[in-house]
Amino acid sequence: MIEPTVYDLSSPGRHGPLLPVLDVPEAPLPDGYLREDLLLPELSELDTVRHFVRLSQRNMGIDTNFYPLGSCTMKYNPKVNEKAAGLAGFTDLHPLQDAEMTQGAMQLLLELQVYLAEISGFDAVTLQPAAGAQGELTGVLMMRKYQLDRGETQRTKILVPDSAHGTNPATTTMSGLQVVELPSSPRGNLDLEALKANLDDTVVGLMLTNPNTLGLFEERILEITQLVHEAGGLVYGDGANMNAIVGVVKPADLGIDVMHFNLHKTFSTPHGGGGPGAGPVGVVAKLAPFLPGPVVSVEHIPDDFDDEEEHVHFDEDGDDFRLIWHMPSKSIGRVRSYYGNFGVLVRAYTYIRMHGAPGLRRIAENAVLNANYLKARLQQEASYPVAFGDRICMHEFVAQGILEGAPDIHTMDIAKRLMDYGFHPPTVYFPLIVREALMIEPTETESKATLDAFADAMIQIAREAREEPELLKDAPHSAPVKRLDEVRAARQMILCRC
Amino acid sequence: MPFIANTDADRDAMLAAVGLERIEDLFRDVPEQHRYATLDLPEPLSELEVLREVSALADENDHLGELASFLGAGAYRHFVPSVVDFLAGRSEFYSAYTPYQPEVSQGTLQAIFEYQSMVAALTGMDAANASHYDGATATAEAVIMALNSATGNRPGGKGPRKRVVLSPALNPQYREVVHTYTQGMGLDIVGGDLIDHDFHTLLELVDEDTACVVVQNPDFLGQLHSAAEMQDLADAVHAAGALLAVSVDPISLGMFTPPGEYGVDIVMGEGQSLGNALNFGGPYLGFFAMRTADVRKSAGRIAGETVDVDGQTGYVLTLSTREQHIRRGRATSNICTNQALMALRACIYLAAMGKHGLRSVAEQCYHKAQYAATRISMIPGYQIVGEKPFFKEFVVRCPAPVHVIKDYLLMEWGIVAGYDLVDDYPELGECLLLCVTEMNTRQEIDDLVEALASVAEMVEDMELELVRELEDVR
Repeated sequence: MIEPTVYDLSSPGRHGPLLPVLDVPEAPLPDGYLREDLLLPELSELDTVRHFVRLSQRNMGIDTNFYPLGSCTMKYNPKVNEKAAGLAGFTDLHPLQDAEMTQGAMQLLLELQVYLAEISGFDAVTLQPAAGAQGELTGVLMMRKYQLDRGETQRTKILVPDSAHGTNPATTTMSGLQVVELPSSPRGNLDLEALKANLDDTVVGLMLTNPNTLGLFEERILEITQLVHEAGGLVYGDGANMNAIVGVVKPADLGIDVMHFNLHKTFSTPHGGGGPGAGPVGVVAKLAPFLPGPVVSVEHIPDDFDDEEEHVHFDEDGDDFRLIWHMPSKSIGRVRSYYGNFGVLVRAYTYIRMHGAPGLRRIAENAVLNANYLKARLQQEASYPVAFGDRICMHEFVAQGILEGAPDIHTMDIAKRLMDYGFHPPTVYFPLIVREALMIEPTETESKATLDAFADAMIQIAREAREEPELLKDAPHSAPVKRLDEVRAARQMILCRC
Repeated sequence: MPFIANTDADRDAMLAAVGLERIEDLFRDVPEQHRYATLDLPEPLSELEVLREVSALADENDHLGELASFLGAGAYRHFVPSVVDFLAGRSEFYSAYTPYQPEVSQGTLQAIFEYQSMVAALTGMDAANASHYDGATATAEAVIMALNSATGNRPGGKGPRKRVVLSPALNPQYREVVHTYTQGMGLDIVGGDLIDHDFHTLLELVDEDTACVVVQNPDFLGQLHSAAEMQDLADAVHAAGALLAVSVDPISLGMFTPPGEYGVDIVMGEGQSLGNALNFGGPYLGFFAMRTADVRKSAGRIAGETVDVDGQTGYVLTLSTREQHIRRGRATSNICTNQALMALRACIYLAAMGKHGLRSVAEQCYHKAQYAATRISMIPGYQIVGEKPFFKEFVVRCPAPVHVIKDYLLMEWGIVAGYDLVDDYPELGECLLLCVTEMNTRQEIDDLVEALASVAEMVEDMELELVRELEDVR
């Protein structure tokens, strides 16, 4: 069954919601400015509702299925977050209203800046970046400007491990810097000899994901950050995998100088079918002047200030203060309009307030335990190889779709067959350095029972792969569509109904 | 914890299965001296308590739901039909992620495809992508795409073009973001500080090194440029081998000529108006439309139609060889996660309002704004600035500093007056940018007129705390 498009459903003369009757006189319309036709659909309200409800039913989401998409941290999105972000005091607030009118929202931002700084050990935080990749751009532009500010104009290289997310090298290029790729060691970590060989006075810094995309913590992290610092470089921490260590270790304590958070991963805000995310960036003190702005800051009001200002706060010592927008002195500039994905920030704030320090630690502990448990079952009972499987993994691990006795079966076949068992597939074919990668991240919100059901399905699929491989080759059997021709899509380029 | 399902018994069983005794053993790779650092955070709250706390913060704001507002300047209050919240609130949509596995993500993918289709129809362009972060970053990505696209056109094989010409009437925040994004690219960005907003003056800056020209229509000050004027601009820009990118208000396209009909290469802008709340500045979405020839040089996710093995129509993310997860350091951009849920809201909004609804939204904005401007222009001391027609925003020269007028209107009349242009355009001293949409009733407009008239009278009488203001200046 296909669902027709909004254009297929359109019927001339139908219309949706009406506006009030115009209550001012009509003005003449200007000649030479008007369009003749507008090719939007004509639908009744029920047409619209049925269409989009049906579309929603052609999706898997966390609320309907286990969704162990590695490196994406598909944890449950608490519903209280939606309620908090939906308050009229936030949704009907215009970003250009005077600061006196928006003190509550600004206080939320200030507190979130403080909480994220405390969780990560950094000295300052910007909430402006709209997603992790934009956080990376923010961080790398700051590193670049910091080096230029010191007069180190010859520094033009960023070191990036071969296991890194593609955003790391892409961000480096966008920033006008050159990528130097570093190999991984036989333990799945950064190759220290390769690092040493590339560290010289042309290096702006190193981008490091810790735990990395293999789900492994950098065993020699302190040596790595020390080496980079000794060479005059900075260490960028890709915080995509923060869920493994939140409440357990502060990245700044490990020598990281700048790091982005993915609030849609670690801090439970919905992924939205591909956004909105939020990618706040934390920095050590020496980088704080380079932060994008504006950031919220506190302005103390002198005791003799005699005004009946409505929105004045009092700090712990009883002193008056108000919140103002502040542009850091050597800022790289604004990275997007206004102050960030505010609605996403409200959700993350709510989540952090509910957890506190003990709750955050429990997130990491349960996320890592769930991953290790699932890894053990797949290794022991289903004979899936796991990359660097002898090590304890963190929040995720990378299995391989390589099964003895089933030479024609690939990771993609296993992924598609998982759909028939009611599971969203893991991340596939990433990281690139592992053959037939199946990157599995269960998150802390899943129960042992769900993990067992998933492991049972993987064991069953391994059996099918040997005995009835066509079940995998023809999968999925139960999804709304069968396997789609992606090559044809790229060749034909049908990008709209127009 | 409410969001963790496992019991102590579960955890014990799982630890045993992995051969460990204590949860702490899982973190033995973390340097011991830094393990379990103390976090100084407020105590955990229950759902009831956190709602009280967050509601108290929300209540501290004076939001536009309880005031008459004429503030726009890039973020707009438009009617959002109930179906938008209802349908976009379905968690099958919002608890999914980027549709990497198309067979179980057809809902998201078809919605993106329909969104792209309606954005292409609205702008009159060949194709649109799945969204950028906001209007500002869509503008920066347009500039970067133009740099890649215009390179081949430079005469004499003199290498990549490096000049970018920005209209001074392009949203000031968009101009800032273009500078931020491209600061490592060694570009020559000009035009933003021109006092004269005429296209002829802008064109004087276009040379053979120019990759693109970026303008806004209606511009930041509300002025509309006709299709003929835009076509002339496009012709002149193309004659220099550069691309023309235009930032537009999507609601205005409910009635005005789509940019695709006047020779533009890239159309982008802030899509917040399409079914999204103000949200104190985000999440919003940047829409981005282009010509077929540029699609492979563009950034960001794009959905395409294809068939499954049975020949049935389906949708996938396509042209991903442009993107960072495949091309890494040679990708067109680093963007991956975009504003999909906001694009879904825009998609539902455009479908629900449809051909007739969007036209009536645009026309009501137009008529109400003309009514407001006409009445304000009749108050002694006020003057409408600009010669051209306007859509829903216009500039008023006032008889007193704008911040004084704004404070007075808010305190005495409960009116959020508009945007003070003094910081962005010092030459437009004492100028207010007003925005009128279908959300403003005639009564609100009449109250605004009356309030502004009383300001004029007080200025005449030297009241309105002007004395204090004059002292401040001194």
